Amino acid sequence: MDTTLKKESTVTEFDVENIRKEFPILSVKIHGRPLIYFDNAASSQKPNAVIKAISTYYETVNSNVHRGVHYLSSLATDHFETARNVIASHINASAEEVIYTRGTTEAINLVAFSFGEVFIKEGDEIIISQMEHHSNIVPWQMLCERKKAVLKYIPITDSGELKMDEYKKLLSSKTKLVAVNHVSNSLGTINPVEEIIGLAHAKNIPVLLDGAQAMPHMRVDVKELDVDFYCFSGHKVYGPTGIGILYGKEKWLEQMPPYQGGGEMIKEVKLEKSVYQLPPLRFEAGTPNIEGSIVLATAIDYMNSIGIENIAAYEHTLLAHATKELSKIKGLKIIGQAKNKSAIVAFTIEGLHPYDIGVILDQHGIAVRTGQHCTQPIMDVYGIPGTVRASFAFYNTIEEIDLLVEAVKKTIKMLTK
Amino acid sequence: MTIAETENELIEEFALFDDWMAKYEYIIDMGKDVPMIDEKYKDENHLIKGCQSKVYLHSEMKDGHIFFTADSDALITKGLVAMVVRVLSGHTPEEIMQSKLDFIEKIGLHEHLSPTRANGLLSMVKQMKLDAAAHSALAKK
Repeated sequence: MDTTLKKESTVTEFDVENIRKEFPILSVKIHGRPLIYFDNAASSQKPNAVIKAISTYYETVNSNVHRGVHYLSSLATDHFETARNVIASHINASAEEVIYTRGTTEAINLVAFSFGEVFIKEGDEIIISQMEHHSNIVPWQMLCERKKAVLKYIPITDSGELKMDEYKKLLSSKTKLVAVNHVSNSLGTINPVEEIIGLAHAKNIPVLLDGAQAMPHMRVDVKELDVDFYCFSGHKVYGPTGIGILYGKEKWLEQMPPYQGGGEMIKEVKLEKSVYQLPPLRFEAGTPNIEGSIVLATAIDYMNSIGIENIAAYEHTLLAHATKELSKIKGLKIIGQAKNKSAIVAFTIEGLHPYDIGVILDQHGIAVRTGQHCTQPIMDVYGIPGTVRASFAFYNTIEEIDLLVEAVKKTIKMLTK
Repeated sequence: MTIAETENELIEEFALFDDWMAKYEYIIDMGKDVPMIDEKYKDENHLIKGCQSKVYLHSEMKDGHIFFTADSDALITKGLVAMVVRVLSGHTPEEIMQSKLDFIEKIGLHEHLSPTRANGLLSMVKQMKLDAAAHSALAKK
């Protein structure tokens, strides 16, 4: 099937029915009803191309990389490094700047450890925000504790946007790094990252972006952004779990010590001292997730075959429809009403606990996420126990959103009897 | 009534429902009858930390039998709490510690025992057994 759509194609041409056929899990039944999968921000489903690439790898390529002289090892290495090139080119980076990690969390931890080791000293400040995922909070808290550094938070507005004036005030000569998300996983806010980077760079402060929620939905060009570090996860971009990417500017990576020690990351091991590899291998100790790395490139190829711009445009119509229809429900409040949003709608319903809503929606075959979404500080800002979050992907449909709206209405009726 | 008898009673009650909606409505209704925990016990010490919904649990020993009171901020969780309290309350620490609580699975609510559901039911059952062990140890002193 040719899912390639031309750039100029309009959203009405977006052939969602054919795209859905590429995702086998979308035809399963949950509690006897067709699955409606709205938990894409947690993890996306996988197309046949990805599922098949996993078995093809084990059937025809499987071997360890960068080691053997035998044919398969060389083939696996070739696939592994070709994948790195595909991923690098997708974000407009060079392959030397692309490090394979287990996911966004590990990518952030790697920077917190290795960058932190060299560049963070007692009394230094790191700026993050109130809307970060725990993965972009805890590694910095650990680093600050280790180095006696100080963590500063950019506050957020009621609509779920960063208070940029406050951010400007936080930037100082003490600031050694800014680490914020590109898109918020619990609010859907697309942050003004160009401005964030520009302001930081004006003071020679590097910026890390947590791109876990941006990568599935938009074109990311690390050169254009001029970002210093960019992290994302494979499983949110229709690829396998356990694989992720850390992009880092060469000038930083070459100054950073290894994150873990072991095979692959060393050039020479003597009993007295070892000599480390250059990046990216310096940061890839041990046998990597070879299959995951290769198949992540397959997933990226798949997304590109549909077209990131087509995906973005189609998801925008889903977001607009969901926002409009859900807003009509009495007592429903959308948490996160930024002007610039990704395909995430999080809401609360007056008098009801998100958990109860999630359990009943599940009985309708609808998969949403409920709770704090690993962003406890945001829930504290809004003073709520959590939200119900519907997050969309390009295989979702307007009809599914209508079914969600109906199911929410039924749920309210049932829970308020 | 023994723990097993109450469990069977619940299994029979749930057998009457042929759709999930009625089942959940019944669970929610049961929550309304949970022996309510005294406000003064609604503190960190009595909070069972599930990821999403809060459950408060208190236990008291009277004449060798343990009585539980509880509350939750989510309706379904509160109903599940009420069911377990109904089964375990009024029994000796030994009976509580040895209970298997098969009824949860038998009435098709085992998905709520999965740690990923994070409603605190699993932690709650564990806490009730820990309370029972603590009361039992105190009684033997």
